[in-house]
Amino acid sequence: MSVVPLGVPRRLLEFTIDGEPVRAPEGSTILDACRSAGKDIPTLCEGDTLTPKNACRVCVVEVEGARTLVPACSRKAEPGMEVRTDTERARHSRKIVLELLASSVDLSTTPRVAEWIKEYEAKPDRFGPDAARLNEEPKVDNDLYVRDYDKCILCYKCVDACGEQWQNTFAISVAGRGFDARIAVEHDAPLTDSACVYCGNCIEVCPTGALSFKSEFDMRAAGTWDESAQTETTTVCAYCGVGCNLTLHVQDNEIVKVTSPHDNPVTHGNLCIKGRFGYQHVQNRG
Amino acid sequence: MDLHFGDSKPTDDERAAVDALLGPPESSWEGADRSDADLRWARGGREARDRRDLLLPGLHAINDRVGWISDGALDYLCRRLTVPPAEAYGVATFYAMFSVKPRPATVLHVCTDLACTAAGASELCAGIEGGLGPGVQVERSPCLGLCERAPAALAIRAGDPVRTAVSAPATVREAVLAATAPDSAPEEPPAALAVPQADSGDLILLSRVGVVDPASLDDYRAHGGYTALRRAFELGPAGVIREVTDSGLVGRGGAAFPTGRKWQATASQPDHPHYVVCNADESEPGTFKDRVIMEGDPYALIESMTIAAYATGAHQGYLYLRGEYPRALRRLEHALVQARARGLLGDDVLGQGYAFDIEIRRGAGAYICGEETALFNSIEGYRGEPRSKPPFPVEKGLFGKPTVENNVETLVNVLPILTMGAPAYAAIGTARSTGPKLFCVSGTVDRPGIYELPFGATLGELLELAGVRDGLRAVLLGGAAGGFVRADEMDIPLTFEGTREAGTTLGSGVVMAFDDTVPLPRLLLRIAEFFRDESCGQCVPCRVGTVRQEEALHRIAERTGADAADDIALLREVGRAMRDASICGLGQTAWNAVESAIDRLGAYE
Repeated sequence: MSVVPLGVPRRLLEFTIDGEPVRAPEGSTILDACRSAGKDIPTLCEGDTLTPKNACRVCVVEVEGARTLVPACSRKAEPGMEVRTDTERARHSRKIVLELLASSVDLSTTPRVAEWIKEYEAKPDRFGPDAARLNEEPKVDNDLYVRDYDKCILCYKCVDACGEQWQNTFAISVAGRGFDARIAVEHDAPLTDSACVYCGNCIEVCPTGALSFKSEFDMRAAGTWDESAQTETTTVCAYCGVGCNLTLHVQDNEIVKVTSPHDNPVTHGNLCIKGRFGYQHVQNRG
Repeated sequence: MDLHFGDSKPTDDERAAVDALLGPPESSWEGADRSDADLRWARGGREARDRRDLLLPGLHAINDRVGWISDGALDYLCRRLTVPPAEAYGVATFYAMFSVKPRPATVLHVCTDLACTAAGASELCAGIEGGLGPGVQVERSPCLGLCERAPAALAIRAGDPVRTAVSAPATVREAVLAATAPDSAPEEPPAALAVPQADSGDLILLSRVGVVDPASLDDYRAHGGYTALRRAFELGPAGVIREVTDSGLVGRGGAAFPTGRKWQATASQPDHPHYVVCNADESEPGTFKDRVIMEGDPYALIESMTIAAYATGAHQGYLYLRGEYPRALRRLEHALVQARARGLLGDDVLGQGYAFDIEIRRGAGAYICGEETALFNSIEGYRGEPRSKPPFPVEKGLFGKPTVENNVETLVNVLPILTMGAPAYAAIGTARSTGPKLFCVSGTVDRPGIYELPFGATLGELLELAGVRDGLRAVLLGGAAGGFVRADEMDIPLTFEGTREAGTTLGSGVVMAFDDTVPLPRLLLRIAEFFRDESCGQCVPCRVGTVRQEEALHRIAERTGADAADDIALLREVGRAMRDASICGLGQTAWNAVESAIDRLGAYE
């Protein structure tokens, strides 16, 4: 769930989604309105704590009078708009986008993608065995987290979370251009030589598992990662007085990773290096 | 902001290049040696961050002086501007003309785009690569905008000052000479040679090209210069906008949006300041009209921008010039200095109490920066990625402020509108496409160059003027983002509505003729390669779609009929999604030319 800040009551806009009249508060995106109306629109780069970048284009919908399809995640609803979410045209673009992504990167750890690929009848294999892929080895250059750009869909969420939207560290950016564009730190250096402060907020927002905890990466490699056997417990971080919420993911009585609830009004899912990674002392049974 | 700089240091040369642009650093907070005062207060903050837009000029300064951008140089520039190094690295690696790896001081860009390919660029490249030593790096380049003199090469030698030399039409010997001795390379022919109608006497937009001395403000004034601006001051801003609206002028960059409406929308925005931006990032393959105007009649552009600014209430203009136009840059820089010295720019333009000045910003090799919002990002010191619209530039443009952006050809049309009056201007051309129009004719014709015709002339009439040769197979209208038409479609009227009715586009005015000796599949591959290279990579349909398009064209390069059917079906599906779901015009048009070649020319039948 996302946090709805209390404020001055907002005017309700009236428009239609798939022919049904709907009302949404002024400033809502088409996606907000669609979700309220119970429509399931696939999204990848959209994040509940970040300004949408609308880079993946998997949430496109048809708006009457618009020359092209529009991204539901970032286009604001307007009065009188006629939105159609499930036309052949919109479904076609979503299908192709899923095919293009699945043929170029590894989506095996992206939630819900397999379901959408089936729903839209996407066939990523049809570009042939020689279709260009990223094919990069995971970058393991520190003990806390792993960058596996073979899984990166360039959604910009990590860049936004590291930059002006949350962390203000600006350690990562997109470098290069076109198909060769990659998330990188300055001079494409190892993370240890960069401005990174290891807050892990980029991992928190990564939608595909391209950024992951070293603990999770190692367990997946060993075949011992089992989400169904994990429990999640939300508690308060004990390191300082701010009172950030920590969600401890525990498997076999070991903390395997730490996340933070996005609806926490103080942190919105963000933590610092201590809250995110400083849990070894808990399980030091000496 | 928590900035972290590595321990790599700039060389003296790199430091000098940055300091020459920004002035010497004042405190250790921005790269000077530490003094006692630095321990007590920090300079920086908002004031330093407000200089972010100097990032691109700073990268140019280093690249011009040294030939590439080292870690130490980039970090020093970042320290001076308070820009995070990761972001600056992202910007430096975005542009084709910059390198973040060591390379020779001299780079020879050899154009391998459509007109040059048709004129034998591949053989030229092979010959040049064989004839040059290790001191020069040869780069295969997208269109250099010298299509009337194809094939073309541009040598850039780093140093203080940077040296450039153009060779076009290039032979192996001349291109090698330009790269090895740029100072002694022969001067380029005058811009007027690109205007075959130069002596005809009935030109409007090109009337001064080849007639005035582009270095002389007096000569410009002697040929009617600055009468339009005087008239603008008589009319007042609202009057100017009314004239432009009544003239029916629409943007000449390809989108054909009514200019008067754009100006009115900007002028009426309550938010201030307003900006005027001239889009001179002419990178559409086959387009070179803006270069010829800027080289042959630079003051006309400055006067036009001044009028646009006056009408829309802007006091600062930016002229975003593509990085591959060194001569246009020199001429415009000289013209700006002269205009400032004579009170035609500055605090008191023409003694009317109106303040306006223009700054030139140089692109660095990115077609996408011709997209208006990508251009704003580029000027602001960010990656040249397009923004999503709305909001539109008239509301939130450059630096988030109301901005009017027009390309060079659109702007220079404002001069005749004001001097002859809107009704007389609107009487030229057709009812819905008014005024004169410039066409860049290249390819297999006898007299390639820029032609000025009233809207409504047919494609056949234009090609007749340019001396079309026998065996014409196809004509590409509108450049790589445009579409092909057949040799039997010569009666298409060259108007916005006429081309639309014929299922094609006028685009930016490119008319490229290909006879039957030019291998069509190779041209299509070049177009696909161009879009794959020039995609910014922001959205999925364009970033991956252009790659898949190129792969499919490679697979069917030598195949036709049933053998190609599967891949053509694939191309159609991917092309449709690129057109429907890409963020900007680059992805939306990347399939146009290929589609038209399949449907209109039967390229793979």
